[in-house]
Amino acid sequence: MLFGYHWDTAHGEWAFALSILPMLLRGLLVTLEASVVGFFVAMVLGLILAVLKGARSRIVSWPATFITEFLRDTPLLVQLFFLYYVLPDYGIILPAFMTGALALGFQYSAYTSEVYRAGIEAVEPGQHEAAKALDIPPGRTFTHIVLPQAVPRVIPALGNYLVSIMKDVPVLSVVTVLEMLNVAKIIGDQTFDYLVPLSMVGGLYLILTLVASAIVRFVDVSLPKRGLPLR
Amino acid sequence: MHWVEFLKPLSEGAWVTIQLAVYSTILGAVMAFASGIGKLSPNWFIKGISVVYIEVFRGTSLLVQLFWLYFALPIAGDLIGVDLRLPPVVAGVLALGLNIGAYGAEVVRGAIQAVSRNQYEAARALNFTPRQALWRIALPQAIPEMMPSFCNLAVQNLKDTALASLISLSDLAFKAEQLRNYYQNSETIYTIILFMYFGMALVLTAIMRALEHSVSRWRRVRK
Repeated sequence: MLFGYHWDTAHGEWAFALSILPMLLRGLLVTLEASVVGFFVAMVLGLILAVLKGARSRIVSWPATFITEFLRDTPLLVQLFFLYYVLPDYGIILPAFMTGALALGFQYSAYTSEVYRAGIEAVEPGQHEAAKALDIPPGRTFTHIVLPQAVPRVIPALGNYLVSIMKDVPVLSVVTVLEMLNVAKIIGDQTFDYLVPLSMVGGLYLILTLVASAIVRFVDVSLPKRGLPLR
Repeated sequence: MHWVEFLKPLSEGAWVTIQLAVYSTILGAVMAFASGIGKLSPNWFIKGISVVYIEVFRGTSLLVQLFWLYFALPIAGDLIGVDLRLPPVVAGVLALGLNIGAYGAEVVRGAIQAVSRNQYEAARALNFTPRQALWRIALPQAIPEMMPSFCNLAVQNLKDTALASLISLSDLAFKAEQLRNYYQNSETIYTIILFMYFGMALVLTAIMRALEHSVSRWRRVRK
């Protein structure tokens, strides 16, 4: 029994598959929640890292570059263990779900920061010159001129990372997050049948990523190409 | 326990990680070229197999694939009366290699398609067979274009080997977990292995850069 649902092992494989579907869908919901929270962290932190890396002062840009490289070149699993076991030593006690979502966000902020940077650098130099000519302060130029043009260009690339994050959520199962793969593993441990639940997770993942990729492509074509109108 | 004493057991784990990474990268490279070229094949059967392989392994999570090969495949084998129990090393290398190979396949396909059409037309005009056109004209130009993406994928694969610890393969992440259980010194141990993975990734990047440099001469036309 899991989440108040019972599995049916007495009436063949199909009845079993049908009986565990609600449990897997509960897991799928957790997978989606973790993806969204992780993606949100990655979007915010990635932008911060991108801005810091682009800073003129090397005291700011070098540490940011190092952090990005470090986050990108070390495994998510190890980062997750690090956060899960070390944060409590410093009095930061988070639920496993939040720790997992944070780890996802940290890992992917390294990737999103590169995306943002490419988007920011793709804004024409003329825009900066025009802003300077109009006496707009640098901070305001960045938030009101550069970002509105950079963000729509990078959203499709960011969306692809959202799909990648979804595929990395199963790693969170190692810190007891009950996402889809963990649910399937528990069902397998208790019914001795891994084939049906794990194959169903594979199928559900295929559907999930195909749908998500289609949405990303739709957003890509329906975005304003010349920048977001601010008013 | 002083942190230096952790280094010996951890370096044993790192050696397993390196072997895993090397074998799965080789398998991944073979699969990437086979299915990337297969996806462009005019033969619908080869094309179909390549597309299904790429979509399945790109569309699902690596950990799901790993668990499927390790836990579910033996049961599937039981149903058809074949013993498909894989040792963890084989399951790990298979899952990692097949997964990264599917990502690499898209890189291979993209790079081959990016070779100018004129090149194929010229090859045809000079009476090259399609096989010769692929091996002697298209690939030498396409491979240098693939190298930056391959570098990223190789590092990605190195990081992914950590997941093999979850099917009881005693790699670096597994050793770290063992030591942590024993000594409860998580901060030191995990800091060490984060830097060990980082170091390995830097070395791997340097190797891939060197490889990229050495194949980049294929791109130049000899005069």
